[in-house]
Amino acid sequence: MTGSDLTTLTVIILFGSLVSGTPLLFATIGEIFSERSGVMNLGIEGMMLVGAMSGFAVWSTAFTKWHWTNGSAILFGLLAGMAFGCILSLLHAIITITLRADQVVSGLAVTFLGAGLSSILGEHFVGIVTPLPTKITLAVLGSVTVEQLAFVILGAVFAPLAWYYMHRTRPGLDLRSVGEYPAAADSLGINVYRTRYLYVLFGGAMSGLAGAAMSLVTDPGWVDGKTSGLGWIAVALVIFASWDPMRGLWVSYFFGLLRRLPLDLQNPALPLISTANNPQLGRFMDMLPYLATIFILILGSREAMRKRIGAPAALGNPYIRGERGK
Amino acid sequence: MKWNGTNYRLRIEARLDNPRWIGVVSSIFGILFALIVGGFVLKAAGASDPIGTYRLIFKEGFGTFADWQAGFQAWMTNTSCPKGMLCFGPLSDTLVKASPVLLTTLACIIAFRMKLWNIGADGQMFMGAWAATGVAVFLLPKTTDRVVMMTAMALAGISAGLIYGVIPGFLKARLNINEIITTLMLNYIAYKWIEFFVVVGPWSIGDFESTGRFPAPATWPRLTELAKQYPITAGLTVHPGIFLGVIAAILLAWILFRSRWGYEIRVIGDNPRAARYAGISLEKNIILVMALSGALAGLAGMNEVAALRELNGRFQRGYGFTGVIVAWLARLNPLAAILVSILFGGLLVGTKLIQPQGISSMLQGVILFIVIGTELLFHYRIELEKVETVPVPIPNNGELPTESESQAEASHDR
Repeated sequence: MTGSDLTTLTVIILFGSLVSGTPLLFATIGEIFSERSGVMNLGIEGMMLVGAMSGFAVWSTAFTKWHWTNGSAILFGLLAGMAFGCILSLLHAIITITLRADQVVSGLAVTFLGAGLSSILGEHFVGIVTPLPTKITLAVLGSVTVEQLAFVILGAVFAPLAWYYMHRTRPGLDLRSVGEYPAAADSLGINVYRTRYLYVLFGGAMSGLAGAAMSLVTDPGWVDGKTSGLGWIAVALVIFASWDPMRGLWVSYFFGLLRRLPLDLQNPALPLISTANNPQLGRFMDMLPYLATIFILILGSREAMRKRIGAPAALGNPYIRGERGK
Repeated sequence: MKWNGTNYRLRIEARLDNPRWIGVVSSIFGILFALIVGGFVLKAAGASDPIGTYRLIFKEGFGTFADWQAGFQAWMTNTSCPKGMLCFGPLSDTLVKASPVLLTTLACIIAFRMKLWNIGADGQMFMGAWAATGVAVFLLPKTTDRVVMMTAMALAGISAGLIYGVIPGFLKARLNINEIITTLMLNYIAYKWIEFFVVVGPWSIGDFESTGRFPAPATWPRLTELAKQYPITAGLTVHPGIFLGVIAAILLAWILFRSRWGYEIRVIGDNPRAARYAGISLEKNIILVMALSGALAGLAGMNEVAALRELNGRFQRGYGFTGVIVAWLARLNPLAAILVSILFGGLLVGTKLIQPQGISSMLQGVILFIVIGTELLFHYRIELEKVETVPVPIPNNGELPTESESQAEASHDR
């Protein structure tokens, strides 16, 4: 293997990690907004699954039945994924904000419901193959499609915008104040319930988008349990990103790399560390993203202790207007 | 809200008592409502006859009345089950499924009572199964006495689950790391761990992705082994594992409601601040509870491999998650969990053959939603009250009272 081959391979792996990290990015930033308003939604995995299934179903209907072009069908699928993620998160919002139920348990219920629904309704779409994607002719990005490139750029633009919105605009300030001290925000005329509903729905839409992107753009196709725990990793990344969208961007890309690595290492062209002839090592490589999540939480917790930065103060507490102490 | 010319207002106020009936009613309501919603989903997915599907689930899970009648008759006359009837077959399958569900449910209950969200019962169960298999197949000789063998397996399963539960417990207690995430990640790691050993790794026999059949002393005896004396038991795979769960449930109920430690756990769960002022150590209890929780889940793993009689790559995932639902449906009561587990065992058996595979998961999600959605009824009394439209006296300066003033009045009367 020559040096230039290795460079190409590195570029492929690095860009691949951006591609597989971008869905994670959307889910993580959506959850950051939701948690900043004081509502934890552990149902990301379920919303992503529903988004992935509905997005793929809509795409396949539009593409094969209505004979849309592939691009517009994908766009329509992504929007459908967002809409269905939104609907599922609405359920969570009603249960936790209006009915004041426990956010942890409700989030789990969202996950169960999403996993079950996507499995039942997506049954007919398993195994449908997507058309050959348009490849980019640039030599270094040999294995990349136009959609993937567009999606990565979208994600890279989205994160700074989200940061700007949260930290430099009035609605962003309102959002953070609702998560820190809802009673004070309420007394200043900010509608706590409406704000929380809004951002929980936004988080749901982003998770749905992330799921739809997985089944349409980054790794086209639908299988049952498509997201394989990525939604839960997004929940962990929110903590590690200390509720900051820009940090969310970096950690998402890093986890994208960890997710790709086991696949890339199967490439027999790699010297020394290839797992092509060593499936046992491959199983350990599969554990990597999950182990890294725990490891990163340990690192993050030490930093959080040192810097005293952390969760929105009202995270997890239902707001009851007129009650003391919340 | 206006209705029939009168103004109504939804009034939500804190409830001081905690009536028991609400829990039972909302659990039953949850199941019924979930079945209705599930029927619509099935219809949407293209099933022509949702009610027929449910009937099939019930028949597969529990059998029909005619089956039981035939079973009892055969039992009394000491003959075998008549041809074409299921007799106690479905009930037996349900009890087999219910025993790991019950143990993982108990693991969830003890943790949830302290508001410690151990979602990792699945992973702890896998590790328990792994350790028990190691003892049964590779450590002890094939001819070990059954009691010794089973005890050693149980101890191995319990310790493996315990260690796997203490890891997130320790991280939570010392570094305040969210236990939901760590237990979940440990689930995935445990799945891969089993795959490593059984599918590709050192424990698999050839390409079978399995450790092969356990030696006889390492397996639960099945009821069908009595078929010579009692022909009715022919084919029944039910094993004593369910008693393990029932005993554990009774012990756990005693711990929770009769012991000092259980009292501490409940105080921490209800009000951690009060617990700290009372001198109850949070750190110690987090680690201890996670240890017990993991141990129970580990025991579930040992129970399951001893029933399956081998550890293979298809070792069932998801018992830990079913445990979460059952725990909630049983209102975190270990004794109620026995009944609900058997019900869910039936659901799992019944839905195994139904084609959309996700139906059991979907039903569980809806049930959980309903149960926690009606939780509000526990703590608050919701009333629809008439708003009397008293003509507002106009103050001298002619200004109407502002909105905040009338709200201050409204909150005054609670």
